Amino acid sequence: MLTLENLNVFYGAIHALHDVSLTVNVGEVVTLIGANGAGKSTTLRAITGLLTPRSGRIVFEGQDIAGLPAHTLVARGISMAPEGRGIFANLTVVENLEMGAYLVKDYAQVKRDMERGFTLFPRLEERMKQRAGTLSGGEQQMLAIARALMSHPKLLLLDEPSLGLAPLVCHTIFTTIDEIKAAGTTVLLVEQNANAALKHSDRGYVLETGEVSFQGTAAAIAGDPRVREAYLGE
Amino acid sequence: METFLQQLINGFSLGAIYALIALGYTMVYGVLRLINFAHGDVYMLGAFAGYFIANALELDANPSIFGTIVVTIGSMGICACIGVLIERFAYRPVRSHSRLTSLITAIGVSLLLEYGGQVVFGATPRFFPQMIRSRTYAFGGVQITNQSLLIIIVAVVVMFGLEFVVHRTKIGKAMRATSFNLSVAKLMGINTDFVIAFTFALGSALAAAGGVMVALAIPRIDPLMGLMTGLKAFVAAVLGGIGSIPGAMVGGVLIGLMETWLGATAYSTYRDAVAFSVLILILLFRPAGIMGTATTEKV
Ligand SMILES: Nc1ncnc2c1ncn2[C@@H]1O[C@H](COP(=O)(O)OP(=O)(O)O)[C@@H](O)[C@H]1O
Ligand SMILES: [Mg+2]
Repeated sequence: MLTLENLNVFYGAIHALHDVSLTVNVGEVVTLIGANGAGKSTTLRAITGLLTPRSGRIVFEGQDIAGLPAHTLVARGISMAPEGRGIFANLTVVENLEMGAYLVKDYAQVKRDMERGFTLFPRLEERMKQRAGTLSGGEQQMLAIARALMSHPKLLLLDEPSLGLAPLVCHTIFTTIDEIKAAGTTVLLVEQNANAALKHSDRGYVLETGEVSFQGTAAAIAGDPRVREAYLGE
Repeated sequence: METFLQQLINGFSLGAIYALIALGYTMVYGVLRLINFAHGDVYMLGAFAGYFIANALELDANPSIFGTIVVTIGSMGICACIGVLIERFAYRPVRSHSRLTSLITAIGVSLLLEYGGQVVFGATPRFFPQMIRSRTYAFGGVQITNQSLLIIIVAVVVMFGLEFVVHRTKIGKAMRATSFNLSVAKLMGINTDFVIAFTFALGSALAAAGGVMVALAIPRIDPLMGLMTGLKAFVAAVLGGIGSIPGAMVGGVLIGLMETWLGATAYSTYRDAVAFSVLILILLFRPAGIMGTATTEKV
């Protein structure tokens, strides 16, 4: 479904991604792990079109999408809950979800999708009319995920969805990822919480200072002694 | 009491104009964090566009409310296009550069319109045709001209319209989303370039309405008329809290009221200084303005 081929991304003179290549197959949950500053968010930003790679290809469903404007990629089926959640604090919960459905023309459809979001996260329904800025961190993350699902993505990108959340809320987020996968959406997940992420993934990649240093099935990564030492806190 | 009421009315109709222009500053700042210094000159162009339409319709000979509305809407349409062109050709090319670059560009556009206006329209003031026959209504000791009344009505209608657009329509919600976080707005599939262009169109149309309304009350128009009024409207936007739409409305009305009050005292020669004293005071004591929140500011 998605293949990155030798992707190089720069911030001015800073070379943030070095020849990154990875693949996400239809129906998989793939995790990208790595230390702070390894380039995980940069990878996702390049996929969503927020950054233009200097070189390399981003092939999504057979077409090179590298450098296409970000807003055109939503229609192709890519959606992201960005790092730091990126909710619109000045808009209500419902308005945030409407923004997620910006390209959906049929408002009845939008309503149905909202209901689906509320089934996934009942807490959001209770806070429908509230400004999103007044939600707790966990609720904001739920909103960010529900909003990203409003466009019916084929590929969902999640950037550190469990960051800063209480263990119970993390658990909710990870079980939701299972449900999203079960509903047929492919997921590329970025996590610092590598233990939990790998439990809910099929495969994974380890990024180290902008380069892929290790890849394999979730079990292989979780079992690798070097990875265990560096990322799994052992 | 009557003098007080009289000044309240005068202050309101002056303030309504400032508010109309302040809205454009605040909306553009909201989406781009850019002070569009050329905005006051778009207001001037609005007055000139209205002048040419009114003359073409020969409203001087047969004044009418209907004609006035046609002139206002026509001028709003023309300025909306001008606003879009300014954004497209002056601001968009420098958008990824530093904010200082945009600011200098804005000053450049402003000077271009002012002195370009002098070349095209001539530096001598022109007189806006009387589109409606002046009439004065008296309520007790308070007088209001039909022009002031029209200014207030138009301003109120336009502001309710704007509130509706910004809060109830899809493009309005997209404007608020873009204003809060431009890159996340893109992730929603929102064409933020279009939203920005739309914001310029809307702000410029409001300034044009302000230009035509002013010309109803003070028919002398010239290419530099946007300079002082634009600056005062900018102060109104800062006073209300730059980026805040209700703030711009409140700020505009307050500046109008203060100016009218001072104008009626022995210090009337300091009228124009009001806005700038206010600016200094806000910047010293409450930079976020009345309705602004310092925390919404992002770099
Ligand atoms: N906007 C930016 N400007 C300059 N450098 C950046 C920017 N964003 C990230 N970087 C740098 O790029 C590298 C990768 O960052 P990022 O992708 O955010 O890491 P991660 O998400 O893995 O923590 C880091 O060295 C970071 O300092
Ligand atoms: Mg990151």
